[in-house]
Amino acid sequence: MLTAILVMTGIAIVLGTALGYASIRFKVEGDPLVEKIDAILPQTQCGQCGYPGCKPYAQAISNGEADINQCPPGGEEGIRKLADLLGREVKPLSEEHGTEKPKSVARIDEQVCIGCTLCIQACPVDAIVGAAKQMHTVVAPLCTGCELCVAPCPVDCISMVPVAATVETWKWKYPVHELRSAA
Amino acid sequence: MINSPYIRKPASVQGVMLAVLTALIPAIIVYASQIAAVVLVNLAIATIAALAGEALVLKLRGRPLAPALSDLSAVVTAWLLALCFPPILPWWATVLGVLIAIIAVKHLYGGLGQNPFNPAMVAYCAMIVAFPALMSQWPAAGQLDFATQLGLVLGGARELDAITSATALDTIKTGLRTAGATVQSIMSQGGNFGLVSGRGWEWLAPAYALGGLYLLARGIITWHMPAAFLGTLAAISAAFWLTDPAHYASPLFHLASGGAMLGAFFIVTDPVSGATTPRGKLIFAACIALVAYIIRSFGAFPEGVAFAVLLLNICVPLIDMNTQPRVFGHRGDKAR
Amino acid sequence: MITRLFSFKGGVKPESHKNESSGTPILTAPLPKRLVIPLRQSIRSTARCLVEPGQKVLKGEHIGEGEGGLGTSVHASTSGTVVEIASYPMAHASGLETLSVVIEPDGEDRWIDHTSLDLRTVSREEALAWLRGCGIVGMGGAGFPTHVKLGGGRGIDTLVINGAECEPWITCDDRLMRERAPDVLSGAMILRELIGAKRVLVGIEDNKPEAIAAMQTAASGLGDDVAVVPVPTLYPAGGEKQLIRVLTGVEIPQGKLGTDFGVQCFNVGTANAVHRAIRFGEPLVSRVVTLTGNVARPGNYEVLLGTQVSELLALAGPKADTDRYIMGGPMMGTELQSLSVPVTKGTNCIIAASPALFPPPPPELPCIRCGACARACPADLQPFELYWFSRAKNFGKAQEYHLFDCIECGCCAFVCPSRIPLVDYYRFAKGEIWARERERQASDQARERFEFRNYRQEREKEEKAAKLAAKAAETRAKLAESGEAPAPPAEAEDPKKALVAAALARAKQQQAAVMPKNTDGLSADVQAEIADIEARREKLNPQDADKAP
Repeated sequence: MLTAILVMTGIAIVLGTALGYASIRFKVEGDPLVEKIDAILPQTQCGQCGYPGCKPYAQAISNGEADINQCPPGGEEGIRKLADLLGREVKPLSEEHGTEKPKSVARIDEQVCIGCTLCIQACPVDAIVGAAKQMHTVVAPLCTGCELCVAPCPVDCISMVPVAATVETWKWKYPVHELRSAA
Repeated sequence: MINSPYIRKPASVQGVMLAVLTALIPAIIVYASQIAAVVLVNLAIATIAALAGEALVLKLRGRPLAPALSDLSAVVTAWLLALCFPPILPWWATVLGVLIAIIAVKHLYGGLGQNPFNPAMVAYCAMIVAFPALMSQWPAAGQLDFATQLGLVLGGARELDAITSATALDTIKTGLRTAGATVQSIMSQGGNFGLVSGRGWEWLAPAYALGGLYLLARGIITWHMPAAFLGTLAAISAAFWLTDPAHYASPLFHLASGGAMLGAFFIVTDPVSGATTPRGKLIFAACIALVAYIIRSFGAFPEGVAFAVLLLNICVPLIDMNTQPRVFGHRGDKAR
Repeated sequence: MITRLFSFKGGVKPESHKNESSGTPILTAPLPKRLVIPLRQSIRSTARCLVEPGQKVLKGEHIGEGEGGLGTSVHASTSGTVVEIASYPMAHASGLETLSVVIEPDGEDRWIDHTSLDLRTVSREEALAWLRGCGIVGMGGAGFPTHVKLGGGRGIDTLVINGAECEPWITCDDRLMRERAPDVLSGAMILRELIGAKRVLVGIEDNKPEAIAAMQTAASGLGDDVAVVPVPTLYPAGGEKQLIRVLTGVEIPQGKLGTDFGVQCFNVGTANAVHRAIRFGEPLVSRVVTLTGNVARPGNYEVLLGTQVSELLALAGPKADTDRYIMGGPMMGTELQSLSVPVTKGTNCIIAASPALFPPPPPELPCIRCGACARACPADLQPFELYWFSRAKNFGKAQEYHLFDCIECGCCAFVCPSRIPLVDYYRFAKGEIWARERERQASDQARERFEFRNYRQEREKEEKAAKLAAKAAETRAKLAESGEAPAPPAEAEDPKKALVAAALARAKQQQAAVMPKNTDGLSADVQAEIADIEARREKLNPQDADKAP
């Protein structure tokens, strides 16, 4: 009896020490889960999820405050990846946060722009250049299509233009199957 | 729009299956003429059952019937089963076996190309476990006339001991349990032995091999699996035989008995449930031979090819993953 | 020179169909009614337009200046007038349009002045720039700029000239070698000099005995280290990596260039173009195109770049049951979505297809893992595994199984008994992976910019706060100088509040100057209360406080 207790205690001490050492030795810096979630998010920084940017949303998902289906730009695939990462069920995009749209970029109608700089302040990725009372323009390759600049414009001169396929971005389609008959 | 390539070799799944069926014909001729002509009836029953089962499931799954029925894959499964089963198995057992193969093993996993296990072998194992008595009643070659055989197949009364005998593998296995018995003494006693194995049955082996060579020549199968299977079986049985010829049968006996030849060219080579890489094929077939030999010599069943195939089917993803061939231009590093 | 031949695994032997078009000599196609010259002639680069509508141009005149590292010049294919610069469909599976210069020929076909280049008097760089200026790109189909390839480096051991022409139906290289063998070899000698290769190997599939004979005759006087080598006919022996493997035994992995292994490979058409460019100073304005398939008069034509396929086809006379046209060979070509597409530098063949010659594939069946594709794959891949992964959109796994080593030769789909359009799946998967890579880069950039913006806003806030604090301190100092009581220290902690307080104090001072005396002489408590109220009022309206000074 005594031997058994001693052996068990001994094992507990040894293993406890090993675990304690391991947790110090292999301590993970930062919160890698937030980084991983953030890497999946499209970085549109549009705030449609209800958080001021992708990183805060990633933080919220990681804390369990937000669901994984609140990111319209990430779309279904983004949700699937998040579900994979977090081991959760895939669910459809939450409608209150918006719908998946084709990738667009903002375009400023330069005839109408009055140079108020409101859109420049709204842009989360500094993709609009211009100065007060000077015409503004969108640097299209940097635009994430978040639409945050559309609402602040006092003269409604910003529109979202879908990105057209070029030879560089054109993709082959998924091959069509004809296996299933109309049953 | 159709994309390139715009030309295709006139190859089809149907053609592949037809070649397999053609390759089975020499063995069917030997079987019918030397052992039991009723095998032809069994083949017909199995074929009908397979096609009916396939049609039923396709209907339930809402899939088009014509392409799947005409690809002949169900017929191949049916023929292999009919050739594996004892020829005097009652018709309903044949039908049951075929339906297990087609419905439970093939279609429940998603149909052609999706089944992880060899349908014929699962059905064979299921039947041997469920009906051990029926599945071990084999007629001696040419012993029964066709009418008797047909009567048995159609469900006639079975006064069995008089008309059936054990297979060569079974005889050796049970015989060796008697103290003092040796392989030689058993083989010299019974009239059921021919030159190297069961009388009559031993001629099936070269017939299967002939069909297998046809498949090799047509490029339907590659040399890897038959060579690895037969080579390993021969090597391991030779090793035991040379150490103790009294208690272990000769390699020739092993190659000519049971499902060895059928397995080597028709069962192990099933592409859907087998390994696919060249090295993987060698490992896969060699392991089947190893397990089959162990079951034959030390296990509870006289024949172990079917169980061995199923066991190795499970290992296929692992084997394939670790035997990816070297990709063009990649020196030394494997595909993974 | 005795060459030991090597082999590559896999490959297929489709019916060659070379005889239809290989029997007749190359004819010069008549001048078309109009030329549509795309400014995008080399891979991944569109040239900058140098002409304007209405401008007269001569044959060989520079109309597009190559941009970027992969750019090459574009030239007018004949003399005439530029009538339009607009987007026209190009020969690409997407059917997308690209900016093109439309020229109406004047019928004179008058060359611009051009002179040869004496290689002995110029540096290597100048020679490469000359080729760039002549718009020389690989004429095997991919259109990779020749000067870029040549620029890879000197010290190359072997120059491989690709005359294999392994695709069925195509015979343009065959006819070129039969008729212009000395020109092709002259080009090969120039290429050899530019890369300093020790030996030259011309690989020709052995189903072209006439071309081999012609090339061997032409090569007989060129020394021992130039060899014309018949290679076994096996598709895709004309693939650059496959031909290099067959001739030299070197296997070039995906992502590596021949230069790293001491081998470079050029098409015979490219060699011919290099010859014209250096010996005569002629830019690349025409090429040999095979017209074949379901046509009355199959053959090869010397065609001006920019000739629209519809005009060209009239020469061969497509039969009535032709239902579509394929540009390139049947193994790797693309179906034309419009007959208005022009002939470009990479157009080697146009095949009229009929249901009889190119029957539509029977319905697809499930993969039975038979491994026929793996045995046919010249890149030693496991195509069915790639198919499963691509189909399941498991792109990571597909890449792990070397999807990008796939050369899209079509051998796997050619042999597949289940008739699965395997190559389509690989194209799809590759496109998706590239798109994802682009998206990832864009999102990384967006993340960086977003984080920088947040940082910048934070910094601006701090800077503003510091400025305010400094200002407040200054004001306080001023007030202290003028003998007024400083603002309460508790408030001074917040610069804005301090400023408000300062402004308040100032206002009070002003007030004190003009205020009626009845607020004078109040107790300190009451005064503090009034100040508090004022402060609250200011807080509600902070802009006022800002503006106060």
